[in-house]
Amino acid sequence: MYVAVKGGEEAISNAHQLLAKRRRGDTSVPALTVDQIAEQLSLAVARVMGEGSLYDEGLAALAIKQARGDLIEAAFLMRAYRTTLPRLGYSQPLDTGRMYIERRISATYKDLPGGQVLGPTFDYSHRLLDFALAADAEGLPEAVARRVSTPASMPRVTDLLGDEGLIEPDPARSADAAVSDLTREPLSFPADRDLRLQNLARGDEGFLLALAYSSQRGYARTHPFTGEIRYGAVEVEFFAEELGFAITLGTIKVTECQMVNQFSGSAKAAPTFTRGYGLVFGQVERKAMAMSMVDRAMRWEELGEELTAPVQDHEFVLSHSDNIQATGFVEHLKLPHYVDFQAELDLIRKLRAEWLEAQGAVDPANGKKEAAE
Amino acid sequence: MTYAPQTPSESAYNFAYLDEQTKRMIRRALLKGIAIPGYQVPFASREMPMPYGWGTGGVQVTASIIGKDDCLKMIDQGSDDTTNAVSLRGFFKKTAGVATTFETADASIIQTRHRIPEKPLREDQVIVFQVPIPEPLRFLEPRETETRKMHGLEDYGLMHVKLYEDIAKNGHIATTYAYPVKVNGRYVMDPSPTPKFDNPKIDRMPALQLYGAGREQRVYAVPPYTDVKSLDFEDYPFEVQSFDKPCGLCSAEGVYLDEVILDDHGGRMFVCSDTNHCEERRAQGLTGPMAAAPTAAQLSDGNEPKPETRT
Repeated sequence: MYVAVKGGEEAISNAHQLLAKRRRGDTSVPALTVDQIAEQLSLAVARVMGEGSLYDEGLAALAIKQARGDLIEAAFLMRAYRTTLPRLGYSQPLDTGRMYIERRISATYKDLPGGQVLGPTFDYSHRLLDFALAADAEGLPEAVARRVSTPASMPRVTDLLGDEGLIEPDPARSADAAVSDLTREPLSFPADRDLRLQNLARGDEGFLLALAYSSQRGYARTHPFTGEIRYGAVEVEFFAEELGFAITLGTIKVTECQMVNQFSGSAKAAPTFTRGYGLVFGQVERKAMAMSMVDRAMRWEELGEELTAPVQDHEFVLSHSDNIQATGFVEHLKLPHYVDFQAELDLIRKLRAEWLEAQGAVDPANGKKEAAE
Repeated sequence: MTYAPQTPSESAYNFAYLDEQTKRMIRRALLKGIAIPGYQVPFASREMPMPYGWGTGGVQVTASIIGKDDCLKMIDQGSDDTTNAVSLRGFFKKTAGVATTFETADASIIQTRHRIPEKPLREDQVIVFQVPIPEPLRFLEPRETETRKMHGLEDYGLMHVKLYEDIAKNGHIATTYAYPVKVNGRYVMDPSPTPKFDNPKIDRMPALQLYGAGREQRVYAVPPYTDVKSLDFEDYPFEVQSFDKPCGLCSAEGVYLDEVILDDHGGRMFVCSDTNHCEERRAQGLTGPMAAAPTAAQLSDGNEPKPETRT
């Protein structure tokens, strides 16, 4: 009915009320608390913080509750909130070498300085539904003994390889070089690696996962090895001009993935291993790994490789990685478009009339259709 | 541990939502756009509290230029009370507390999606367009790096080939909305997805035209009285849609009409897309052939809220 687009004010207000009711669900079931979400759905919280580009577990939990568990909607709520926050400055680079490690694994070495620390992972659990969790009285988990004491400083695998010159060095950082920030400047091309990494860190987990997967299946293969994944808390430091030294603002939990990739050398570079890098908020390993693979694939030009696949294409990847943008533009198609559709109706009726007329004028001798005009 | 956040109140937001630094950044981009008519100026678009695709570009432009004394008209598809127009008008009422109106003549700023009001705009008005894809060459060349080059070199051959191919294939230029224009003899510009019916209105328009594309991070502008020419060929001159019937409610001719399906056996009527224009005419006693028809009752009265007056 036409009223669907008229009298919008009342319809919107009613829709909001119904949404609030549906969000709450059956009121005989206790309402979720933000603390429960933050504590017990922490991987969802981490994803929302990452794609929402704002590290705040409480706000992310609130966003998940408000979004009825729709994580992209929750990330959108975070983005819309963060955009109103004042920008005080930029922190010092994180030192992930000084991470308080909760998990650290390497697939390239059996053992290494600092050791393999399995930590909390689904990796070796059998995916059998645990019906005990559905029972009302879920007991307290058993205390976990910390069997290894991780050293305060744990060398990165890439540093160990670097000592031998087997892996390309990290690019030297010049102290005065400003870091790009696509929340302050519009995305433009060519996009340097700092900008690309920022874009990927905010990008959609599913999109990066599919791109990384495509590279494994032969669309610009990069022969990756997981040099190291580490997850834990790192300090965020801020250099206070007034004080003249850096102060610690707090700690955040991050997952870092260093992918080690084969590289046989080219006209531009000697054979070495090459790096792909991923860093995300929280324990979001799938995305950290995918990010590091996409990062490596996008470095084709500096390494003298050929551009053959979507995962390498800066403009393609960076322009479509943001799920807030993507969901907005895809979903905006449900807004009224009847004015444009009217214009199309008018044209298609005209074209059809002309086509049918031309069909009627078919010359039976050779069956050839006359031109429309 | 408790995670419950401190709850800032809504009044914690600045006038018209955006902070003043952001508004200034956007105004700088707009000034550049006005200085180079039709040129797409990149700007650091912010996330807004409505989704991309809902008019975040237009909202950011309006938020950057609106002042306490402004009077805002918000339309979508030509109508003041389509759902998103209601929602965006509510946003500015809430965050800026400005006066709003349905009357085209009373508005100092008109933000629109897909239409330009039928009533000619004046020098003291600004029209803000919501733009989904600002790049008129995008559907011919997906890469921004290429299209920027093409604009730089004024290399618009591809567009003319596309229009030519339309004619060769269909006998017509098969673009009915977002019809490309050349601004001030230099830049080819997307006039936003307004039907090409509205293209003549933006040529030498007395009002300032501002275009905002939030997701694509571009603004552009057409200053008052700037030449805006719809692309065409000498033997296939640009022409707008014409309707063979007047508006069913107010009998207006030479306006853009929406087709409304009245039943499931072919009953239909055509009514003004510009609802304010239609209401004004009916208030003057002008009625169309369908104005009294029971099937059209929902359109001619009843459900529509009374037009707001300036407060």
